[in-house]
Amino acid sequence: MKKIRTLQGLRALQNSLLQKKNFNKPCVRVCLGTGCRARGSVDVLKSFDDEIKKQNLKIKVGIKRTGCHGFCERGPVIVIGSKEIFYQRVKPRDVPEIVSKTLLNGEVVDRLLYVDPATGQKVLYEYEVPFYKKQRRRILANNGRIDPTDILDYIAVGGYQALAKAITTMSCEEIIDTVEKSGLRGLGGGGFPTGRKWRLCRKAPGDIKFVIGNGDEGDPGAFSDRSLMEANPHSILEGMIIGAYAIGANQGYLYVRAEYPLALKHLQIAIDQAREYGFLGNNILSSGFNFDIKINRGGGAFVCGESSALVSSIEGKVGEPRAKYIHTTERGLWNKPTNLNNVKTWASVPLIINNGADWYAKIGTEKSKGTAIFSLVGKVNNTGLVEVPMGTQLKAIIYDIGGGILGGRRFKAIQTGGPSGGCIPEELLDLPVDFERLTETGSMMGSGGMIVMDEDTCMVDVARYFLDFLRYESCGKCVPCREGIKRMLEIVTDITAGRGKEDDLELLQELAEMVKDFSLCGLGKTAPNTVLSTLRYFRDEYEAHVTDKTCPAGICKDLIEYLILGDKCTGCGACLKLCPQQAIQGEPKKLHVIDSAKCIRCGICRDVCPYEAITFK
Amino acid sequence: MVNLIVNGTKVQAEEGYTILEVARFYGIDIPTLCYHDELTPYGACRLCIVEVDDGKRTRLVASCLYPVEEGIKVKTNTERVIQGRKMVLELLLARCPNSKTLQDLASRMGLEKVRFKTENENCILCGLCVRMCAEQMRSGAIGFVGRGKKREVVTPFRMASEICRNCGACMYICPAVELQCRGVKSPGELCNSCLVFTPQCLEKYGQVMCTLDSCGACVEKEEK
Repeated sequence: MKKIRTLQGLRALQNSLLQKKNFNKPCVRVCLGTGCRARGSVDVLKSFDDEIKKQNLKIKVGIKRTGCHGFCERGPVIVIGSKEIFYQRVKPRDVPEIVSKTLLNGEVVDRLLYVDPATGQKVLYEYEVPFYKKQRRRILANNGRIDPTDILDYIAVGGYQALAKAITTMSCEEIIDTVEKSGLRGLGGGGFPTGRKWRLCRKAPGDIKFVIGNGDEGDPGAFSDRSLMEANPHSILEGMIIGAYAIGANQGYLYVRAEYPLALKHLQIAIDQAREYGFLGNNILSSGFNFDIKINRGGGAFVCGESSALVSSIEGKVGEPRAKYIHTTERGLWNKPTNLNNVKTWASVPLIINNGADWYAKIGTEKSKGTAIFSLVGKVNNTGLVEVPMGTQLKAIIYDIGGGILGGRRFKAIQTGGPSGGCIPEELLDLPVDFERLTETGSMMGSGGMIVMDEDTCMVDVARYFLDFLRYESCGKCVPCREGIKRMLEIVTDITAGRGKEDDLELLQELAEMVKDFSLCGLGKTAPNTVLSTLRYFRDEYEAHVTDKTCPAGICKDLIEYLILGDKCTGCGACLKLCPQQAIQGEPKKLHVIDSAKCIRCGICRDVCPYEAITFK
Repeated sequence: MVNLIVNGTKVQAEEGYTILEVARFYGIDIPTLCYHDELTPYGACRLCIVEVDDGKRTRLVASCLYPVEEGIKVKTNTERVIQGRKMVLELLLARCPNSKTLQDLASRMGLEKVRFKTENENCILCGLCVRMCAEQMRSGAIGFVGRGKKREVVTPFRMASEICRNCGACMYICPAVELQCRGVKSPGELCNSCLVFTPQCLEKYGQVMCTLDSCGACVEKEEK
């Protein structure tokens, strides 16, 4: 009954939806992304519902449950009306005021506005917030605008038009040509030209082919795939349907981590709705093309984000990579030609079909076109989801969008690309971010994680942390990765514990280079990146740990000793009360002393001291 | 036929063959641990890595899996390859210091020292037994569990397997748990004592049906 059969039918539906929409009716868009949910946006939404019911305003105001707006740091965020008034850190108790003032009378609730820390000015509209202003949102454009659980919302903003255009007016070759010409590359981090991959898969012999959407984002500190899947699942589906049509596949799989329950829920709802409207299923838009998508849940292995391990996992086997000397496009899922792309890559496809290849290629660098999405986290003021043109300088991302380093501290390094990425030092902050440049520095694009570290970070400890993560996440199939990571961790742990030897750094370098060269899959090949990049840019820190047995950042507990500075200590006793070891002694209003033998270097005294009198050596 | 160059020599190979098969056919030795003629190549031990130049770029690939291609140039023992192989072996020896297979390989490849802390494992996780059981014995009684450092070969749920026929094929094929090398006196040391000693039991004593790799134990006894 609802099935849409033609391009005209789709346009008619969109027009009728737009006509029905009352532009004068103020609408509250409440972010229900995971970040804002964690800060209580579900309660805020409930308060809105209650308040509207109480005042009987259902005809006058609307509420929209949207996905992630991106500015997770200031959550729960809400955006009001077509003017896009932006309120942040909203609490349920603020709701009655918002309804009566802003929604009904158009007045602004001053205290909920975002204050730009650089200027101290209050910012009224969402698009004027510096965090958003400097971004260029394409893939994420509709993230905070539509209700992800309602296909009509997506259709109203022009959704599925690209699919209709592709299927009804373009040939398969034309679609692949357009994607190839746009310069779109694999946004999951691989950077392989998408158009070329599609062509290889289309040309591969065989009548059964598959397409796969990779949403198995396992990196600590990365959440761009999740936000996209939660907030705009239809864009991913639309891209996959177009891709499948161009390649000649009739079955698609979406591989999503089971740890993303909301993304799984929204994707399933989206698939069901797309089937209902005839965008999935048999004879899509009367073209005779049949296609359906099935969701596969990942069991939580990091390595299953690697394409061949992911394919094994879908087949029901252990998620272990295999050598890809024969490409997946030729022999992939169940040995059939398979085209695997990240969900962000799939979501870019409708944009390219709608706006043309030239539009897409207009921004970006010579070899990397379009935009890149990063999950900006760590010691930075504005954490959240960032979409910028390829080639944007790291400095701009950290300082203009990220609002600088937390607490006014000094920047030390930024780690890009998740646990297998490298750490980029301050002198390279001018670096324009694209696939090639990041690889040159010894890091990578990866899944788009960006972890900012300040001066209080010990780089040896950072390397140790990521090696520890990878030790458990290596599948263990090949020797260099399984044994190599274990041994690298052993050496680095020794260094942080003060047991480092002179020749350890040489051995570490040699081992890391071998693991990079000899490993079977991408996980092993990139696992030593943190070690190699920290050795390259922060060798002095390693040397301080090994030769001087000190930790310059004061993180490695075995190498530091806390001291109380005589000229700063007022004898307030704050540290003395909280020391779990009773290692601090001193009379009130007199200098306190730490007994090093008793001290376990927990750092509580340093955190509580109001006079910064506690230091380390 | 496919034409390729292996270590500077022009050779021909049939399509579908791997570099390892072709190299061995022409008498070029590439060390392996997880490879067996009759089992699916696995590509896990990484000892068989060689350098392949396909005209566009030079890559390190596992020769047991890489199918020969027209015009590629293969180098089986460049410095990068040898150094890497030695490091892989060093890692394995740190895990299983008393494995004779590993000690022999170390001698052959001229490894001098193990620089990592030694453990006392027996299994090198090459997966030969798992594949043997599944592919040749059609049983599938054992498999890998766990990942990363927790990976091991066991029967399902670590219980006595109902489908295991006690055929012993897993033991037969295991490269690590044969005779233990008794030459290692202190951790990290390499034995090197049977460096040139590779007797051929079956050639000398045709009636001795030794199921293990030639170990030399029987030879000594008979000669006395």
